[in-house]
Amino acid sequence: MKGTSIQQKLMRVILITCAITLLLTSSAYFGYQYFNLKQTYLKQVANTGKIIAFNSTAALAFDNANDAEEILSSLKVDEHIVGAALYNQDGKLFAKYPENISVTDLPVKPQGDGYGVQNSNFEGFQPVMEGNKQLGTLYIRTDRKAIHELFAFYTLASIVILIFSLVVAYFISRILQQSISKPILALAEVSKSISVDKDYSVRAIRYTNDETGALTDAFNQMLSQIEHQNRDIISFNQQLEEKISERTEELERANKELEAFSYSVSHDLRSPLRALNAYSQMFEEDYAELLDAKAMKLLGNIQRNAKRMGRLIDDLLEFSKLGRKELVKTNIGMNQLVTEVMKEVSDGKQNTSVITVEDLPDCLADRGLIYQVWVNLISNAIKYSSKKENPVIHIGSKINDNQVVYFIKDNGAGFNMDYAKMLFKVFQRLHSPKEFEGTGIGLAIIARIIAKHGGNVWAEGEVDKGATFFFTISNSR
Amino acid sequence: MMMKQLDILLVEDNESDAELVMHALKKNKINNNIIHVLDGAEALDYVFAKGNYAANTDRVHTLKVILLDIKMPKVGGLEVLSKLKADNRTKTIPIVMLTSSSEDQDVEKSYMLGANSYIVKPVDYGDFTDAIEQLEKYWLLRNRTIIT
Repeated sequence: MKGTSIQQKLMRVILITCAITLLLTSSAYFGYQYFNLKQTYLKQVANTGKIIAFNSTAALAFDNANDAEEILSSLKVDEHIVGAALYNQDGKLFAKYPENISVTDLPVKPQGDGYGVQNSNFEGFQPVMEGNKQLGTLYIRTDRKAIHELFAFYTLASIVILIFSLVVAYFISRILQQSISKPILALAEVSKSISVDKDYSVRAIRYTNDETGALTDAFNQMLSQIEHQNRDIISFNQQLEEKISERTEELERANKELEAFSYSVSHDLRSPLRALNAYSQMFEEDYAELLDAKAMKLLGNIQRNAKRMGRLIDDLLEFSKLGRKELVKTNIGMNQLVTEVMKEVSDGKQNTSVITVEDLPDCLADRGLIYQVWVNLISNAIKYSSKKENPVIHIGSKINDNQVVYFIKDNGAGFNMDYAKMLFKVFQRLHSPKEFEGTGIGLAIIARIIAKHGGNVWAEGEVDKGATFFFTISNSR
Repeated sequence: MMMKQLDILLVEDNESDAELVMHALKKNKINNNIIHVLDGAEALDYVFAKGNYAANTDRVHTLKVILLDIKMPKVGGLEVLSKLKADNRTKTIPIVMLTSSSEDQDVEKSYMLGANSYIVKPVDYGDFTDAIEQLEKYWLLRNRTIIT
């Protein structure tokens, strides 16, 4: 019953009600009819008895058994009369019907007058009277086949009527149940199509003014509310997307401008610089004998500054290139990387630092960029500790908040913690080029690389006691 | 003017750079003949003997190397490179990109178009002279070209 449709349920209810009503009606009819027929039949038997009794007076009066039997034999017109007998005045059997009926089948002597049901037969005794004198008694018995036949017919008729009625009821209920099921089905259909198509602009049709009508109204109201909210969300989304694409465009434009800028920097700023450098050198070579020491020193200043400017441009370009570079992450064996870097950094240079390296955990990062980080960190450490008598550099790692922190510690010049934040900004230096050479970009490059990896970089230091630089690389892949 | 074997075509719009290159080339004292043109259009005219160079029909195949700047007015170095490498008459001439640009995209494009070498002009004069001297020794003395 749970899986059937509301239409089928309604039809069932109607048909079952109809069938029960019909059965009850026909049962009542049967009962009434049975009672009625019985009375009618008893009356009929009594009438037959009266006629036979009246006809039998002569035979009994003259004691003529043959006549009596003949009169009784006229009962054969009614096939349902299965037995009859005449008793004389003394109560002795005088004649019987039919001829072959056994005496034991008949009552031994007449009993009280009247008709009734005995052994599922109708039977009765009728006094045979002449005037006021009773000459004998007639016994008559009929079977109930007539009633049974009638009832069989009735039953058959009832079944036919029941079936016919149910068929008619089925068709009528099919039409009538629609008034209830149609609005509900329409509602169900609409809600189904909404859940499939996600189209909230459709509306259910209102068929009736009853509870289903109210339900439809509420449903439609809900739909328009959803539609309204959806429209708001969509328009809000569109606005957001427009804003995002606007911003993206702006960013892209800015990025392109920046690229164009760095491109022309790399081309156009270098040439004059090269010319400056070259001509001053050629000047020095060709006119050296004409220049005194002071002029030579000034010329040297020009050359040194031109060189420095060239390095600044190169570093700045390297820094701006980082912004555009896509990360290619691989698993990096940190110890091997640091060893390679140390080899490169100390290659061909005087290096008195004692460098110790702990066992370092591997990490997932862009190898080229992390290489650059270590180059800058290690060469910084060597540079800033180079003026110490016993420069010592230690490279290690620790775990902080479930994150690997790599660090490099030196005992060099150090710095004032007040300026710790400035260290990682472009062109920010805490020492003059005379003290320690450099352009002020190395740490900015490190900060940018680490930021690209989603990590952190920071420094601790104390003037003349040394500095420690820490960095993490994000765990996410 | 005597007909002499031409070795180097220098394509460079910047007069100072051109002068520095030629100055450096002379340092090796290798006997060579240099032609300097100021932009890509002139370079193409020269190589294919068109325009002002229409009379120089016999010079094309004698080039031992072309030194080509990238950023130039009119026709840029990459366009000159692609035209020379696409032409059967000139595609075997070694071309060395000699430029200020160290942009990855320029390096990549140059090699894709068939450049034979890519050299970034150093800012430092000493480095610059070294680079040009090495280049000259390699491409004029060491390297073998098709000479018809």
